[in-house]
Amino acid sequence: MAAAVQIAGIRKVFGKGERAVEVLKRIDIDVAPGEFLILVGPSGCGKSTLLNIIAGLEEPSEGDLRIAGRNVLGVAPAQRDIAMVFQSYALYPTMSVADNIGFALEMRKVPKPARAKRIAEVAAMLQIEHLLERRPAQLSGGQRQRVAMGRALARDPQLFLFDEPLSNLDAKLRVEMRAEIKRLHQLSGITSVYVTHDQIEAMTLGSRIAVMKDGVLQQIGTPDDIYSRPANTYVGGFIGSPTMNFIAGTPITTGAGGLFFFEGGQLALPCPAAARATLGLRPEHLQLQADAPWRGQVLLVEPTGADTFVVVQTTSGPVTVRVAPQTPVQVGELIGLAVSAAHANWFDTESGRRLA
Amino acid sequence: MKSLETLIPKLVVAPGFVLGFAFIYGFMVWNGVLSVTGSRMLPNYDEFVGLEQYSRLWEMDRWWVALKNLGIFSGLYVGGSLLLGLLLAIVLDQKVRAEGVLRTIYLYPMALSFIVTGTAWKWILNPSLGLEKLMHDLGWASFKFDWLVQSDTAIYCIVIAGIWQSAGFAMALFLAGLRGIDDSIIKAAQIDGASLPRIYWRIILPILRPVVFSTILVLAHLSIKSFDLVMALTAGGPGFATDVPATFMFVMSFNRGQIGLGAASATMMLATVAAIVVPYLYSELRAKPHDR
Amino acid sequence: MIAKHLSRFMLYTLLLLAAGFFLAPLYVMLVTSLKDAAQIRSGNLLNLPTSLNFEAWELAWSTACTGVDCRGLQPYFWNSVLMAVPAVLISTAWGAINGYVLSLWKFRGSELLFGFMLFGVFMPFQVVLLPMSQVLGFLGLSSSLAGLVLVHCLAGLAGTTLFFRNYYTAIPKELINAARIDGAGFWRILWRIVLPMSTPILMVTLIWQFTNIWNDFLFGVAFSSADSKPITVGLNNMANTSSSVKSYNVDMAAAVIAGLPTMLVYVLAGQYFVRGLTAGAVKG
Repeated sequence: MAAAVQIAGIRKVFGKGERAVEVLKRIDIDVAPGEFLILVGPSGCGKSTLLNIIAGLEEPSEGDLRIAGRNVLGVAPAQRDIAMVFQSYALYPTMSVADNIGFALEMRKVPKPARAKRIAEVAAMLQIEHLLERRPAQLSGGQRQRVAMGRALARDPQLFLFDEPLSNLDAKLRVEMRAEIKRLHQLSGITSVYVTHDQIEAMTLGSRIAVMKDGVLQQIGTPDDIYSRPANTYVGGFIGSPTMNFIAGTPITTGAGGLFFFEGGQLALPCPAAARATLGLRPEHLQLQADAPWRGQVLLVEPTGADTFVVVQTTSGPVTVRVAPQTPVQVGELIGLAVSAAHANWFDTESGRRLA
Repeated sequence: MKSLETLIPKLVVAPGFVLGFAFIYGFMVWNGVLSVTGSRMLPNYDEFVGLEQYSRLWEMDRWWVALKNLGIFSGLYVGGSLLLGLLLAIVLDQKVRAEGVLRTIYLYPMALSFIVTGTAWKWILNPSLGLEKLMHDLGWASFKFDWLVQSDTAIYCIVIAGIWQSAGFAMALFLAGLRGIDDSIIKAAQIDGASLPRIYWRIILPILRPVVFSTILVLAHLSIKSFDLVMALTAGGPGFATDVPATFMFVMSFNRGQIGLGAASATMMLATVAAIVVPYLYSELRAKPHDR
Repeated sequence: MIAKHLSRFMLYTLLLLAAGFFLAPLYVMLVTSLKDAAQIRSGNLLNLPTSLNFEAWELAWSTACTGVDCRGLQPYFWNSVLMAVPAVLISTAWGAINGYVLSLWKFRGSELLFGFMLFGVFMPFQVVLLPMSQVLGFLGLSSSLAGLVLVHCLAGLAGTTLFFRNYYTAIPKELINAARIDGAGFWRILWRIVLPMSTPILMVTLIWQFTNIWNDFLFGVAFSSADSKPITVGLNNMANTSSSVKSYNVDMAAAVIAGLPTMLVYVLAGQYFVRGLTAGAVKG
């Protein structure tokens, strides 16, 4: 019973007159039934506000919102058949875990036996049966997170909303819970909208990702779209760690035999038709090559175990290159850089927008 | 449906706000109205007299006595409670044994009605059978303590009883303030070579300034309202030597049939309290930005 | 080393002297109440009674004169009970609901309204005496216990609202949001989630209100008549009647009786009392 969500022209303004702040500028998103949509962006980009609007906890200043085809503006959260998992879990402190999970069912006057059955089902799904009689204060962070999810699952709603649910967990737990959320989504197939500022979560969990900044949707697409064909320098720099390298310069000859001139060198690769352009290359699309014409000095060597990242200081700025872990590189060494032309991203230097 | 959700909270607080505002501000205005009428035994709204009641008020010896007493009493009561409370708090902060018991002992008077306090102290300060007789029996034959019945000293008896009642409260506030001070500041000062008295004077007391301020505020407003204590201890006597604005207002309004005059004195009391409290409230509320 | 011991000694001396100062009146009250008239005249404040004589207590309770009546404090004790219990419960409940709205269901202007209401905590009640007596007259409640209950509820509203509002602001809004999404409405959230979390502040407010209302004298003396006097008025009348023979032992017994309920509350639940005091004075 998954619903589609249509967000059309949503605007949200806080404050009045001179001190008005436009938190959401004009958001249009269509969420397909069963989809797992991620809203990702830095703090203050408006993603939580958008989530609250979908939930009905806030009303937009302008725009349309439909859930399962039904206009829900003005409809109370309880009537939207949604469930939400909060960053701080928001578990009812004076109730047992079982009562927490069953609370929404109780509000809908589901009879006790049916409720107990559902609670047991959900508890089994999340492996928290042994915690049913405890109070939230007696649980660990990870356990509380499971209970919060159980509370949302018990409802069997048409839409799931997640507000940075993993931010309060330590790194190891986060990885575990991420897999858990993905598994549950595959099991239940319920449409989900998930807010996070962590781009790794975004890439691993989402079927589609919506990148937001300053209340504007920067790009929406599959993880591959976002990663391989970012719509602007912001998205290119936000997704992927270490970030994409950007080199601004002048394309001299366009087309197949192109030359790209920039401070400190030139590269032979197909260029777009523009007076100035910024080349975006991910660390894994650069190589260290002893005899390449574009040269720089090794600044830092960062081994992470599976890869090693080398930061090379060039006249155009520092460039990060991913190399195999055993590569012999010394700090201070002078080295050349080669690029994989097939993976070049081109952006307009002024606006940051993608060119072709 | 959403509008119901936003409507219910407003409906629910409405009676509270309406009645509360009527009680506070409505009655204030009503009292003001009474103070510009010539009401005597009963309210008389037909007889508008402008500020005549106020000028009468300020011409009365008794009102001036009441004001003078208020000044003396407030100053000594607030100052005395503050100092005693601070002293006790500092001493208790020195990791003494039985701190809990002592705190309970210092604070229990606040649980009593001012009437009970007044009645007890009236007995203790009884000119012939109280403190004086005790001192005589203990060997101090020339001790004389008839303060309670002498016009110029009776007010100090009220001060003593008042301090007895409220010093514990000041102590509780200061102790909480002292406990909130980060230990490491004290340790740093000790390493820097400061002696304990120095530390208190130069470091701790300045940190406690806000607590001092709010304590003075509460004590001051308590002293302006002090009606119960005076009534029990001296009933404003001898004569009206220990009258305070609160007792003045009551006597004029309910015993002497001078409602207009009484209302005027109440307005004066209100003005005094407002002058102290309103700036404080304003600055406190200003500090927090308004939520949506 | 000696200096340290000396200063500790001085510390404890000071503390004990202070304790003596604070306990002395209580001691005197109890001791005097157990003496008979002869002992009072012959002895002094600190003498112990020669025997445990509860006669003064009986007189204070049942036959001492408070003005015209000579029925002791008993009827006024019960008056105070009948007045205090409803007033405490109503003002506390009302304050809880108001505080709940003002902290978790804020709306435009609610903070401003609260700010104005705050003045009610500090204002001198002398300004409401005259208007209130007129209102009580209109309502036919003059000189009645119901009238006193009404006055205390109105007067206590600002304070109880303040206590609960400050306490509830510590509850995270997310908790309320979660409940809203789960389908709980305004009242359900209050009943199932917020109130179960309110035990500390309920205790503080109940104790604070009970102490203030039981100990009140101003409203009691302004708005009651012979039959509806609370115990504070009865005590004051008893102790201040200019009758020929003053029975100090009866006065003291009466004072102890009047002070007993709040003292008991203080001894049993003192920590909540202290919390109430510090919460009331320090605005947060």
